[in-house]
Amino acid sequence: MLQFLQLVASGIAQGCIYGLIALGFVLIYKATEAVSFAQGDLMMLGGFIGLATTVVMGMPFWIAFIATLIVMLLVGMLLERAVLRPLLGHPSFTVVMVTIGIGFLSRGLVTMIPFWGTETHVLPVPYRDEIVRIGGDGAEGGLIMSMEHVVVIAVTALLMAALYLLFKHTKIGIAMKATSQNQLAAFYMGIPVRRINMLVWGIAAAVAACAGLLLAPITFVHANMGFVGLKAFPAAVIGGFGSIPGALVGGLIIGVVEMLSGFYLPEGFKDIAAYVVVLIMLAVKPTGLFGENLSKRV
Amino acid sequence: MRFLFKTDYQQDIRLFKHGGQMFWYSALALALIAAPWLLSSYWVSQFIFIWIYAIVSVGLMLLVGFTGQVSIGHAAFLAMGAYTEGYLYSLGWPFALSLTFAALIAGITGIIVGLPALRVKGMYLAIATLAFGFIVEEGVTRADGITGGNSGMMVGTLQVFGLPIDSEQRMYYLCLFILALVVLGVMNLMRSPTGRAFVAIRDSEISAQSMGINLAYYKTTAFALSAAITGIAGALYAHKLRFLSPEQFTFLQSIELLIILVVGGIGSIYGAIFGAAFWIVVQQLIVIAKDWLPPAIGQQTGLQPTIFGLILIAFILFEPMGLYGRWLKIRTYFQLFPFYRKGMFRRQKSYMKSERLK
Repeated sequence: MLQFLQLVASGIAQGCIYGLIALGFVLIYKATEAVSFAQGDLMMLGGFIGLATTVVMGMPFWIAFIATLIVMLLVGMLLERAVLRPLLGHPSFTVVMVTIGIGFLSRGLVTMIPFWGTETHVLPVPYRDEIVRIGGDGAEGGLIMSMEHVVVIAVTALLMAALYLLFKHTKIGIAMKATSQNQLAAFYMGIPVRRINMLVWGIAAAVAACAGLLLAPITFVHANMGFVGLKAFPAAVIGGFGSIPGALVGGLIIGVVEMLSGFYLPEGFKDIAAYVVVLIMLAVKPTGLFGENLSKRV
Repeated sequence: MRFLFKTDYQQDIRLFKHGGQMFWYSALALALIAAPWLLSSYWVSQFIFIWIYAIVSVGLMLLVGFTGQVSIGHAAFLAMGAYTEGYLYSLGWPFALSLTFAALIAGITGIIVGLPALRVKGMYLAIATLAFGFIVEEGVTRADGITGGNSGMMVGTLQVFGLPIDSEQRMYYLCLFILALVVLGVMNLMRSPTGRAFVAIRDSEISAQSMGINLAYYKTTAFALSAAITGIAGALYAHKLRFLSPEQFTFLQSIELLIILVVGGIGSIYGAIFGAAFWIVVQQLIVIAKDWLPPAIGQQTGLQPTIFGLILIAFILFEPMGLYGRWLKIRTYFQLFPFYRKGMFRRQKSYMKSERLK
């Protein structure tokens, strides 16, 4: 039983990462109806910027964390302005392809950084190699979690709370909600739709960077770490593509299922568990757990 | 400038619209037939890759460009074809039979993948195909009794009706011949009611449905045909590479196939072939350029993805119609000289089209 709980706990931590990346997809999808395949690579970029700020510039970890988020916010906004805005109104397939291009480009550019890009790095974090016991009698027994996993869960919870407050109580958040519901009506009400879209891309990039920084102590920073992002698609679909809590729930489901199937099923099932689950989900309930109605207006 | 006076409905569906086309296509055919004697065996080998990729792209174009169903898992069908061919070859089946079987098995898989397409569309479908691609990749790795797993599978020299395809030249002709058959087949298909139904589904599912087109039937057909053509290419790919391993059929391979379509120009068979040629040639140019560039840049492993990313973004932003669109513009410029105007191909400015129910 304890072992099962142990697996579920680490599954939840992994699932938070998927959930955060999926959150990026969902934010962008809600605002612009485009699906970004670059989310995983933005996460990788976040990891590397975190590395640059802590190792090269020597900032303390938590300040570097904030700095990375701000830099990635700007990167995301810049991307929207330079590449995605000219494509406004094009079919979604075009936007998908352009984000794939952005993914290739950022992966290639990071690999080209001399002495750095092709290596695997360790992100120095203050909470490395610590463990937390939940339950038991202090010294032994109970549920053991590494501090990295606890931080992942805690930061994800904080971020979700922050986003909830943003969308519920701030003017900008409400403007974002309005934009994602009906762009034209929002525009008529005097909401600067373009700037809002830019900000949405910025926030999505920052959330991805956050996922990257949280994942870094667990799997190291390297140029191909962005492929984790591919497992966030199933997460987003399971939650329903347009739902923010759905993204997190989907991520958690994928994380836990993956962890359990890695342990109880034969080797190889761990890598495809996410995809099997999403295929079942698409066959049973294509709109996902929290999805909106998919019918199209003629 | 040429004016076509149409006096017969048959003229609308002719393969060659006028004598000029017939002349140029014959010239092209002659040049391609003569090419293996004129080029070094290295470039002949690259041409074989172009033909094989062109077959895959035509297959994928049928699905993405003509039916409007996105597939991000097409490498899986390539793998199906390649491994089926490799396995049947090792059992000693004749090529004609094993090629048919490779197409058949890939096609049947295509039907299975097409099933979600009946319920989901757009990005959901893309993600279903993505999931399928990963599952096949893993399956190929695990089924090491048939595929050799991670250690790979050797495929021997091909025999076509007793004739060994042991030189690059013979392989070149075989691939060119099959490409020609596939292109002719797809062109004919697109002139038929089935092909027109595909295009109708691409343009609007709802209006297609209200015209009496059975969406389920035609979408599944499109998936099956596309997968079967890709399977044929896979069989040729197996004999060209002589060695198959799961790393050749990854997610990135599927993405590359889509990039080929976008760069070539979505929605035309020319686009598929242009894209395939461009893709192989650019890869070779990068290899050549590596010797010229300073080693600090030339020896980078990241050079190739960077260039591919730049090419893809540049094409989407500046030439959304791809290479074929560029060719159309150049041709129109000369045909209409001096009356060509910049805005002739400009798309209407369109605003966000929402797919949501409001």
